[in-house]
Amino acid sequence: MSEAALHLPAVPPSRAGAQRVRGESLVVRCLLIAVSLAFLALFLLLPLVSVFVEAGARGFAAYQAAITEPDAVAAIQLTLLVASIAVPFNIVVGIAAAWAIAKFEFRGKNFLVSLIDLPFSVSPVISGLVFVLLFGAQGYFGAWLKANDVQIIFALPGLVLATVFVTFPFVARELIPHMQALGSADEEAALTLGASGWRVFFAITLPNVKWSLFYGVLLCNARAMGEFGAVAVVSGKIRGLTNTMPLHVEILYNEYMGAAAFAVASLLAGLALVTLALKSLLEWRYGDAIAASRRH
Amino acid sequence: MTRSRLTRLVRAGLVLGAFSLCFGVVAGAKAQTELLNVSYDPTRELYREINAAFIADWNAKNAKKISTIRQSHGGSGSQARAVIDGLNADVVTLALAGDIDAVAQRSKKLPENWQTRLPNNASPYTSTIVFLVRKGNPKGVKDWADLVKPGLQVITPNPKTSGGARWNYLAAWAYAEKAFDKDEAKVRDYIGKLLANVPVLDTAARGATTTFTQRGIGDVFLAWENEAFLALKEFGADKFDIVVPSLSILAEPPVAVVDGNVDAKGTRAEAQAYLDFLYTPKGQAIIAKHYYRPRNREAAAPGDLERFPRLELVTIDAVFGGWAKAQAAHFGDGGTFDQLYKPAR
Amino acid sequence: MAAVLPTLRWREPSILPGFGIALGITLTALSLVVLIPLAALFLKAASAGPADIWAVATSPRTLAALRLSFTGALFAASVNAVFGLILAWVLVRYEFPGRRLVDAAVDLPFALPTAVAGIALAAIYAPNGWIGALLAPLDIKVAYTPLGVMVALIFIGLPFVVRTVQPVLEEMQGDVEEAAALLGASRWRTVFRVILPPLYPALLTGFVLAFARAVGEYGSVIFIAGNVPMVSEIAPLLIVIRLEQFDYAGAAVVATIMLLLSFALILAVNLIQAAARRRFGDV
Repeated sequence: MSEAALHLPAVPPSRAGAQRVRGESLVVRCLLIAVSLAFLALFLLLPLVSVFVEAGARGFAAYQAAITEPDAVAAIQLTLLVASIAVPFNIVVGIAAAWAIAKFEFRGKNFLVSLIDLPFSVSPVISGLVFVLLFGAQGYFGAWLKANDVQIIFALPGLVLATVFVTFPFVARELIPHMQALGSADEEAALTLGASGWRVFFAITLPNVKWSLFYGVLLCNARAMGEFGAVAVVSGKIRGLTNTMPLHVEILYNEYMGAAAFAVASLLAGLALVTLALKSLLEWRYGDAIAASRRH
Repeated sequence: MTRSRLTRLVRAGLVLGAFSLCFGVVAGAKAQTELLNVSYDPTRELYREINAAFIADWNAKNAKKISTIRQSHGGSGSQARAVIDGLNADVVTLALAGDIDAVAQRSKKLPENWQTRLPNNASPYTSTIVFLVRKGNPKGVKDWADLVKPGLQVITPNPKTSGGARWNYLAAWAYAEKAFDKDEAKVRDYIGKLLANVPVLDTAARGATTTFTQRGIGDVFLAWENEAFLALKEFGADKFDIVVPSLSILAEPPVAVVDGNVDAKGTRAEAQAYLDFLYTPKGQAIIAKHYYRPRNREAAAPGDLERFPRLELVTIDAVFGGWAKAQAAHFGDGGTFDQLYKPAR
Repeated sequence: MAAVLPTLRWREPSILPGFGIALGITLTALSLVVLIPLAALFLKAASAGPADIWAVATSPRTLAALRLSFTGALFAASVNAVFGLILAWVLVRYEFPGRRLVDAAVDLPFALPTAVAGIALAAIYAPNGWIGALLAPLDIKVAYTPLGVMVALIFIGLPFVVRTVQPVLEEMQGDVEEAAALLGASRWRTVFRVILPPLYPALLTGFVLAFARAVGEYGSVIFIAGNVPMVSEIAPLLIVIRLEQFDYAGAAVVATIMLLLSFALILAVNLIQAAARRRFGDV
């Protein structure tokens, strides 16, 4: 397993020389490239461009008005707030999970990994539904919550819970393979030299995996800010209060304010582009370190 | 470099997270006088103006000020479900009495006789269902009978989640009962054919409007009267025409204070005054301005009233024996909608 | 991997500390956020009683929605498998201007919020949209038909196959195919007999991941699907509609069916990966 870190370079060294011997003909090559680019243009580029085109359709003043309107500002703040709670939570849990799974051998480990992965394949709608079933007024804890005047669904805690559920695997999923690939030799050496457990973790493990951690956080954050299905179920859609940016996009879209909807959407698309840029930068500069964890 | 900086970063993240959590909880707890109006889909523009007028009115007269009135919109049935699940609505202003009945029965947060607490069955305005067609009415749609023509596309939302769609369905049913002299087999055949002409079933009225107007799907849109007028206003009268059928249904969208919530929040006076405001001349004038038919016609601007076409309106009580019966017979599990809605593959 | 000896210990001894606290945090968070809520779902579904569960599960509308979600996801994942493989191949093997940019762009569906993707795709593929207007004269409708569902599902599943196949392709040593070429095998034969077989596990993994993601997708689909029951209504939307109709148990039953299928899929992926690791080294 440890060889993974060795031969997953970002650019295979053999490419340039090999093409002479085993390349396809120029025609086939151009054809394949054309097919790929056409496919990407149709499915990726066009939607992205359309977001910005539609957002600017009514001019800059309208764009500015749409994103500075109080409900939009509240939605942006709420989205940032939810992400600022959900992401740190997932960082802590992700690191703990990666430590337990990558550094130790125990029974049921594969099963545990499957459980951590589970939210990836649960429909976002279900991720919201489960919290309605638990904490809704008709739910299992509904009566108790009402008696104690605690509001979870249709309030911030519900939004955070749904977001945490959806983004649960992201950090752990990036860290586990990387930590596994690194092995435990460094840590064991430090321990025998008398370092404390925490010191070993902060001085050796964390610096070693910091880029895959950052990478996981990046993906986790993008998903947390963009989540729609799960938060739609638990939000209640109160403007200015429980409306996150993606939900605000939907509301504007349904209010004949297409340009405004796309204006807010363009902020989210901008966030996506920044995420991609950072991610590519990471892969480019720290490709070797991250490549090991590049399997989703 | 990395160790201490990264440690600090992680710690900062944790502190930030904990802080924002506290902040969120505190902010939620100390909310001053703020009302939440949980409403159905097309009333967004109406309540935006009502809210501003009411807040000005209330704050001029009272020491305890209202800062904001929050709005939440969606399909009427979905909104009722959200209140039942604990959405903290001070008032509900939904598309039909059946949905507020459901809130009363399931959440016990308001008495079952809620409809007697305000004038006019607790409906400050009425509305009806009309047809919106493309400019010049290229398919020549004149009345309900035309909607079952083969190849015609009819847009209506899903009656299971949308209040407006239930009024659409019942209006069509009422027409068919009259046209076929209550011959149930023929009525069912008519409704079945009508539903077979529906290519898209959005979850709420506004989504259906978008489908018809912005996405260019369908030939006829069965719309709330106010929604049809709004579409003309938003997209220009050169794109669509309103067709008034020979008969339609008198829709009475009701409003109610959610007792359980206002008592917990201490907002009963404000919530009650808010709903009362809808019945005042000022409120009625705003209502008429947004294409809803006011109860008090004198209060409305004459120009606004002239816009409402005259047509025969039947009531749900007369034709269907009230909402409880209509809901169970047509929209419950296994009701006529479930039986008749079998679109072609 | 360490040889697993028949032993009564459930964990191998290690001098590293922190196993207890790390596993404790993991299990606590996992239980609170994921497992208990999912257990509530099963509990709710079970509370419906066998007859009702059967009625919900086999109602034509549920079956139609599940069929659409699963066949749609299958179709989208297949399209993604083919084009993802070509994309990965192009990105790894060829040099062309903007390659790095294209490589970065592949991850867009991971980063772009689904609601944004949904309204953008709906705007493009509607009859009056950029592509919809081109297709309208040919009488092809994409938005508000099952085809629209496919388009959205292809979009969100696009990176999975590329990202699972790409590393394996990069790792692949050239000498085997060179040998095949020198021995006189045609390029076509070399590709299908020598290059592709080691890629299959990664391809399958990417396919299943794209499939699993597409089955549950909601945000991007509802804007473009049209949401006609029995025709273009996906299973997650059916869950929402059941929920909005106060039918909590019905929603839970549909959700449980989807969940069990999804869990089986994830388990399959991990088994495939384990098997592939044994056979081909690290995938």
